[in-house]
Amino acid sequence: MMLATTGRVLDQLRHDRRSIALILVVPALLLTAVHFLYENETLPPGVPRTFDRVGLMMLAIFPFVVMFLVTSITMLRERTSGTLERLLTTPIHKADLLFGYGLAFSIMAALQSLVATAVAYWIFNLDIQGSPLWVVMIAVINAVLGVALGLFCSAFARTEFQAVQFMPVVVVPQILLCGLFVARDRMNEVLEAISNVLPLTFSVDALREVAENAQATDLMWQDVSAMGAIVLGVLVLASLTLRRQTP
Amino acid sequence: MSQPAAPPPSDGRERGVEVEKLNVTRSGRDILRNISFSVPAGQITGLLGPSGSGKTTLMRAIVGVQKITSGSVRVLGRPAGHPRLRHDVGYVTQAPSIYMDLSVEANVRYFGAMHSRKREDARRAIDAVDLRALAHQKAADLSGGELSRASLACALVSEPKLLVLDEPTVGLDPVLRADLWRRFRSMAEAGTTLLISSHVMEEASHCSSLLLLRGGGLLAWLTPEELSRKGRSADLEQAFLHVIQQSEATVA
Repeated sequence: MMLATTGRVLDQLRHDRRSIALILVVPALLLTAVHFLYENETLPPGVPRTFDRVGLMMLAIFPFVVMFLVTSITMLRERTSGTLERLLTTPIHKADLLFGYGLAFSIMAALQSLVATAVAYWIFNLDIQGSPLWVVMIAVINAVLGVALGLFCSAFARTEFQAVQFMPVVVVPQILLCGLFVARDRMNEVLEAISNVLPLTFSVDALREVAENAQATDLMWQDVSAMGAIVLGVLVLASLTLRRQTP
Repeated sequence: MSQPAAPPPSDGRERGVEVEKLNVTRSGRDILRNISFSVPAGQITGLLGPSGSGKTTLMRAIVGVQKITSGSVRVLGRPAGHPRLRHDVGYVTQAPSIYMDLSVEANVRYFGAMHSRKREDARRAIDAVDLRALAHQKAADLSGGELSRASLACALVSEPKLLVLDEPTVGLDPVLRADLWRRFRSMAEAGTTLLISSHVMEEASHCSSLLLLRGGGLLAWLTPEELSRKGRSADLEQAFLHVIQQSEATVA
C-alpha cells in the first residue's frame, strides 16, 4: 500500500508537467544566477569563492523549500477533497500513507538535486573536498524533512492560501538562521540557541563537513542522524494529525 | 408484503447494521437523536429525509468516521470503525472523493490496491458503472454524473460486504439510474448489505426497508408498502409528507 501510494502521488505529479519542469529546472537556474552574482569578486589567494559556500548551501535548501510547498498543498488537497477520509476508511495504515508520500517526493528531490548538483559541480566547478554524492544524499534528507513538515503543517491550514502562508513561518526562519547569511558562531546567544535546534542547521553543518573533508566524517554522520531523528519525529507528529474519526 | 420491514436480527441471519440509541452532538447541536434500528445483511435499506435531517451523519457513524456522543453502532457484528471492518465496508460520499488529476482507472486501481485488488477487479468495477469508454480520462475532465460513478467504482472495486452510498444517483440520467438500481439489487441478492441515502422519494420503492429521518430523529422505519399505506398514497413523496404531518399532529 505504501508503494501504491508512492505510485499514485508520482502519477498525480506526472500529469502536471509544468510542476515537474519547475521542480527540476528552477534550482539549477537559481544556482546559475548565484554563480554570476559572485562572478567578479576579487579574492585574496587561498580564500574559497563565495559561490562554493553559498551555492553548496543552496543545494540543500532548494529541495527542502520546494518539497515543503509541494507536499503541504498536495496533502491539503487530500484533506479537503475527502480522499483522505475515504482512504482512512480502507485498510491503509497511516505509515503507508506518510512513507508513501515521503518516498514519492524523495524520488523527485533526488532527481532535482542530481540536476542542481551536476550543474554546480561540472558547469560551475563547485569546489568541495568530499564527493558530490554526499551532497545529493543530504539534499534528499532535507527534502524528506520538507515533506514531513509539509504533511504536518497541512493539518493547520484550511485553504491552499493558508498553506502557502506557512512558508514564512516554518521555512524562512530556518534559512535565516542556518548559517547561510551569518556564520552561526557570530550570532547573538538567543539566535544561536534557536539555530542550534532548527533541523536545517544540521544539514548545513553536514554540508560543511563534506566541503572540508574528502572522506565522510563522524561529524557529518552525527548531523545526518540528527536530521533522520527529526524527520521521524515530525512524521510521528504528522501521523497524529491523520484522524480516522472526526466530530 | 405487509410484513414489518426489518425483523429483529435473528440468530440464523447474518447481521448487517445494528444501531442502538445513537446520539450525535456537534458543537452543541443535536445532529442525531436517539436513533435505533437494525437491518439484516443482504438488504437494501433506503435512508430518506430532507437535506439537513442527519442522513450523512448517520452514514458516517455507520462507516465509523463519525465520533458519536452516545449509543452504539454495530456493523457486521463488530463495533463501527473496527479495524477488521475496513476491508468489508465501502463508503461513497456525496461529493465525489477521488483524485481529480488521475484517470478513472488510476483512481479505481489505487483504491483497489488498498484491498490488494488487481487490475481486472478495477476493470470490472469500471464496467459496473459503465465508464469503460472514459477509463483513461482524467477525472477533472468528467461531468458531475460521471464523477460520481467513478467515485462509486472506487468503492465497488473492493466488493465490500456493506456498501454505504450517500446520494449515489444524483445527476444521473434515468436510464443509468435504473441500471444502477438493478445492479444494487443484484448485489443485495448476492449478500451485500446496502445503505443508500436519497432525497428522491421515487427511489424508495427499490428498497426493502426505509428509514425516514427528519430533524435528526428517526421518524419511521418501514417498508415502502407500509409507507404508502400509512401515508395513504401510492406516491411515496405524498406518503412521506403525510407521515410527517401525522407525526407532528401527535406531538402537538
